Amino acid sequence: MRLDLTHIQRWIAPGSRVLDLGCGNGEFLELLREQRQVRGTGLEIDGDMITAAISRGLNIIEQNMDQGLANFPDQSFDTVVMAHALQAVHFPDKVLDEMLRIGRQGIVTFPNFGHWRCRLYLGIRGRMPVSRFMPHMWYDTPNIHFCTVKDFEALCALKGIRILARDVVGNTERTPVLAGTWPNLFATTAIYHISR
Amino acid sequence: MSIANDSHSVGIVTPRIARFEEPLPLACGRDLPAYELIYETYGELNAQRSNAILVCHALSGHHHAAGYHSADDKRPGWWDECIGPGKPIDTRHFYVVSVNNIGGCHGSTGPMSINPETGKHWGPDFPPLRARDWVHSQARLADYLGIDCWAAIVGGSLGGMQAMRWSLEYPQRVRHCIVIAAAMKLSAQNLAFNEVARQAIVSDPQFAGGYYQEHNATPSQGLALARMVGHITYLSDNAMASKFGRDLRSGTLEQGDQEQAEFQVQSYLRYQGTQFSGSFDANTYILMTRALDYFDLAREYGNDPVAAFKHASCSFLVISFSTDWRFSPERSREIVDALIAADRPVTYAEIEADEGHDAFLLPIPRYVDVFRAYMRRVGEIS
Repeated sequence: MRLDLTHIQRWIAPGSRVLDLGCGNGEFLELLREQRQVRGTGLEIDGDMITAAISRGLNIIEQNMDQGLANFPDQSFDTVVMAHALQAVHFPDKVLDEMLRIGRQGIVTFPNFGHWRCRLYLGIRGRMPVSRFMPHMWYDTPNIHFCTVKDFEALCALKGIRILARDVVGNTERTPVLAGTWPNLFATTAIYHISR
Repeated sequence: MSIANDSHSVGIVTPRIARFEEPLPLACGRDLPAYELIYETYGELNAQRSNAILVCHALSGHHHAAGYHSADDKRPGWWDECIGPGKPIDTRHFYVVSVNNIGGCHGSTGPMSINPETGKHWGPDFPPLRARDWVHSQARLADYLGIDCWAAIVGGSLGGMQAMRWSLEYPQRVRHCIVIAAAMKLSAQNLAFNEVARQAIVSDPQFAGGYYQEHNATPSQGLALARMVGHITYLSDNAMASKFGRDLRSGTLEQGDQEQAEFQVQSYLRYQGTQFSGSFDANTYILMTRALDYFDLAREYGNDPVAAFKHASCSFLVISFSTDWRFSPERSREIVDALIAADRPVTYAEIEADEGHDAFLLPIPRYVDVFRAYMRRVGEIS
């Protein structure tokens, strides 16, 4: 289980309805079902992931977020989660709008491109950062909309999205203080709890 | 593979017949005085009677879904790919019931049966049927077999429509509804193809207004033509291209050659038509295509599929195939969207497949994986 997913749990009310956009193999929805008794639905486009998630007994819809989420009624879920997918969608701003139309609250996690290692990589080498967490080359990456902590907060301000809470994950367990104090420099993953 | 060494086959099966003496009220307003259902079962019903799966057949299907009728049988039942030990509908865990719909021509009461009031074949006077009539007739079969609640009702195409109708008519008797390559209603194009098929049958002089049995005749030409038209809609352009292309079976396309060339696809379609007309009844074909035409899941719910599905209390699995143009993925997504809006548990997979509508009968790896994974979930609480 990725660290950012265990962080998210506490924002999700027991027994509530959760929509997980880009749910992968469903491990997070399964965790929420076991620990929070949520009624979950997952969206996914990868065939093997879908089969794996169905094997966990989850409700999964094969659907591409980039073609819209209009089939989900307004305020039909308590929480809409999108973990590590914001940077891979065509229109991150529109997806955020849709998340808060469909859900009362949203939870978004993304890799922070403002992390000092990214800056150093780009600054010193003059090339797009490649790391263990972002292993793709610029031309074949599914991550087409990287942003920083500051970028995301600016977008929320522009859209009038309220940030209820921010959480960060550093690159080691020993750096939570640094990441908490200077998230744009030290957070590898940013986690936001948002609403209208 | 022979029956003896196929450990994934249900083996040799024997159809059974259940007779129901109580008249069945039909959607058309008439009663069917008494009726018989021919059915097969595979696997064992568990002590809690909670592992029963109902298989609903498509337009030209029947009760023989899996296994063989004798050791010399060349071909197994129509859905043998998916029913058997270790297959998605695993008969080591499930008790599978596969039934021929009333109005059919494979042993259940239908136009070929004798009308008790006249002592003659029903023929074209058999009451028109709707999917709900099949559902009600099968609910009595469930009573007869001691099944209060199906673990799952599964169907492809028309069978999927029937499964959805079950979920609305008897919500307490279905835990999972599996709808494959289906739609909530036919499109104008679907209706048009069905009409061509029916016209092919009724214009055959042998049809005799549907009373061909009284004249010891069979409208085989018309029925074969109807099947040929239908068959084209079951295949995709790509599937036909890769299977036949423009290959010739006889003759040449050389200039100066008087002999007419025959394309492979021509001979294939004719073969399919002839095979079908030898094993199917023309009045049943007309009746079944009409039932398809009339089917509209949400009509009685103010034409609102969301309102319709609010009556269901089961979980749904919906599957579509990318090149199916008869009931395209879009039709399946309409079902899924209505279920989402009705707040019903639903899982949806859109399978990449070249085979068109026919794909639902074929062992396409991803389809089988999804189906198997979902059936495991069905089995967990049964």
